Amino acid sequence: MPDAPILELRAITVAFAARTVLDAVSLCVDTGEVVALLGASGSGKSTLLRVVAGLLTPDRGDVLLDGQVITSLPTHRRNIGFVFQDEQLFPHRSVRQNIEFGLRMHRVPAPERRRRVDELLDVVGLAGFGDRRVTDLSGGEAKRVALARTLAPAPRVVLLDEPLTGLDRELHDQLVTELARLLRATGTTAVLVTHDRHEAAAIADRVVQLSEL
Amino acid sequence: MIALATPAVVFVALFYAWPLVALVHRAVTIESLRTVWHDRSLRSILWFTTWQAVLSTALTLAIGLVPAWMLSRYEFAGRRWITALVTVPFVLPTVVVGAAFLAVLPASLDQSVTAILVAHVFFNVAVVVRGVGGLWEQLPSDLTAAARTLGAGPWRAAREITLPLLAPAILASASVVFLFTFTSFGVVRILGGPAHPTIEVEIWQRATRFGDVGVAAVISIAQLLVLGLAVLWFARLQARQRLAFGLRPLTDRRRARGVRQRASVVVICSAIVVAIGTPIAALVERSMRTIDGGHSLGAWRAVFGHEATVSRRPTAAGALDPAGSLFTSLRFALVATLVAVVIGGCVSLAIAATGRAGRVLDTGVMLPLGTSAVTIGFGVIIAFSTAPLDWRAAPVLIPLGHALVAMPFVVRVLLPTLSSISPRLRDAAATLGASPLRAWREVDLRIMVPPLLTGAGFAAAISLGEFGATTFLTRQGRATLPIAIEQLLNRPGAALHAQGYVLATVLAALTFVVIGGVELLRGRSRRA
Repeated sequence: MPDAPILELRAITVAFAARTVLDAVSLCVDTGEVVALLGASGSGKSTLLRVVAGLLTPDRGDVLLDGQVITSLPTHRRNIGFVFQDEQLFPHRSVRQNIEFGLRMHRVPAPERRRRVDELLDVVGLAGFGDRRVTDLSGGEAKRVALARTLAPAPRVVLLDEPLTGLDRELHDQLVTELARLLRATGTTAVLVTHDRHEAAAIADRVVQLSEL
Repeated sequence: MIALATPAVVFVALFYAWPLVALVHRAVTIESLRTVWHDRSLRSILWFTTWQAVLSTALTLAIGLVPAWMLSRYEFAGRRWITALVTVPFVLPTVVVGAAFLAVLPASLDQSVTAILVAHVFFNVAVVVRGVGGLWEQLPSDLTAAARTLGAGPWRAAREITLPLLAPAILASASVVFLFTFTSFGVVRILGGPAHPTIEVEIWQRATRFGDVGVAAVISIAQLLVLGLAVLWFARLQARQRLAFGLRPLTDRRRARGVRQRASVVVICSAIVVAIGTPIAALVERSMRTIDGGHSLGAWRAVFGHEATVSRRPTAAGALDPAGSLFTSLRFALVATLVAVVIGGCVSLAIAATGRAGRVLDTGVMLPLGTSAVTIGFGVIIAFSTAPLDWRAAPVLIPLGHALVAMPFVVRVLLPTLSSISPRLRDAAATLGASPLRAWREVDLRIMVPPLLTGAGFAAAISLGEFGATTFLTRQGRATLPIAIEQLLNRPGAALHAQGYVLATVLAALTFVVIGGVELLRGRSRRA
């Protein structure tokens, strides 16, 4: 089936203690599509991304990647990228070591890793930043490194959890444009979670209200 | 203000520096140096001391990381109780820990290395849980999640991300545990027997049993130097490790989800309760066990009941008065606490009020902490055994030794509070019409009371449990609880052993009351 969605969520339900955070949420994402999930804070957007990444097991429902049920597949075997809200760069590693982490996990040989990291640094506009300590980066630089790190092992789908929250207006708008361009240029399939309607419209092909799923 | 440091300086000079000088001066001779150099048994003792310490440290780390992980990652009902429970063994006196394992372990493990190792792990796990857990709490759990989404399995993520980030805390805890187990004395005296002496036990044996003061002094000084260097090396290693990771204080604990997570929390909690509860319960049980395997309060009556007064005459078994040791301990603890709090309080004020001189003072009063209690006791007895300072028979030497060991704790508890008092508070009081002395009394003193009480509690607990220094300073008829416990447990006879367990139970209970009181107090002042 050429038109089968790359990612499919079937009736995902998650409850914390007595509170149901996600109630039978279903969603399909096509290859190369960028979908924005809109919702107020606390509406379970992040929870849904964690379910897709395998960081959280749903109480009911299934996650399908390329038509295969992966609901109980451990996170590290899914090859689904995740850009965290507060980057979560590894503080004890340099910019280069952060970006090549996923490549090392996928046993990419060193020369190939080096080439790929340089290429990605170039793509996110941080050429020459490889040896910097990540603790010395500015807010915008850290976001770019986080994005490069996620893209490095060429994941099937990239999940972005409020990736541009907490930046000042000017930097935010600049990164919105960059992110939209980057996701298109790399042909990345992505699910973006945000509470910002304009951001969603600027980056995504399709905007979905979580409450309507 | 700096004048307030005088009592502490005199105290440390007289009861710490002078004894060390005396030890070197009186006992270290060419002759004793040569004896030590050629003594092969010493080499094997050094080897045993080192490897048991290394093994104890490795085991403590391996075991301690599990509760450290659980307590810093999961939120669950009773978490605070479990955290408190893990700390319990660490506040218990060493002889009580020794007694508890003598009670719980099968007789076949008596006087074995295994017994020593198990007791060391029990005693020190809290160091790892507190030290490593404190940092672990601050690591965002999403760091590991990030590694997982990049293709790292759980173990790989732990090895590549969590462990390197925890390295400074792991290193710090490991060095503390190593120092504690290397200089282990009370536990080894009770569990190791003559078959497994550590260096500390050997110093004591040579000095008090074989009258080999010169050799004992050489070993003490050599150990002091080596441990001093080790501490410096650890400190440097840590300084290099302490990169700025930009970690923000946060607590990233989640409720356990799913069967596996919930099961691991339940299993680990149960293991903690069993591992810590069993030896302590065994201690109490053995104090009530009769020779035929039944249970009675016979030993308790023998110690504290009316019969005790009749049989308290000196006997062939040595003049030991179990009930009397309780009162001796309480008396000494009172004196030691008063001395440690007054002298420690004064020097803390002096340190807080002065800059660079304060830092030198601070290091100076911390010195006793870096010296084994055995060395301190040995030094004091050597220093005060000849005219004009022939005080060796003076009972006050024992609480003064305890105060010396306890004072650093008083200072450590007090200093953070003192340096956090803003001078503007005093200014404010002055503008409201308070004289300088009145302002100090109304502001500083009020703020100082809770940490002073905490320091007093620590000092009392330290004095009650102190064994290493006391073992040199004690005289017949003046045994403290730890001394009496060791003597009763190392003498043949089930009746005497039961009495030893009675006293160990009493000492454990006393320590709980004191430390529990301190914790309640701290909890209340933190909420205020």
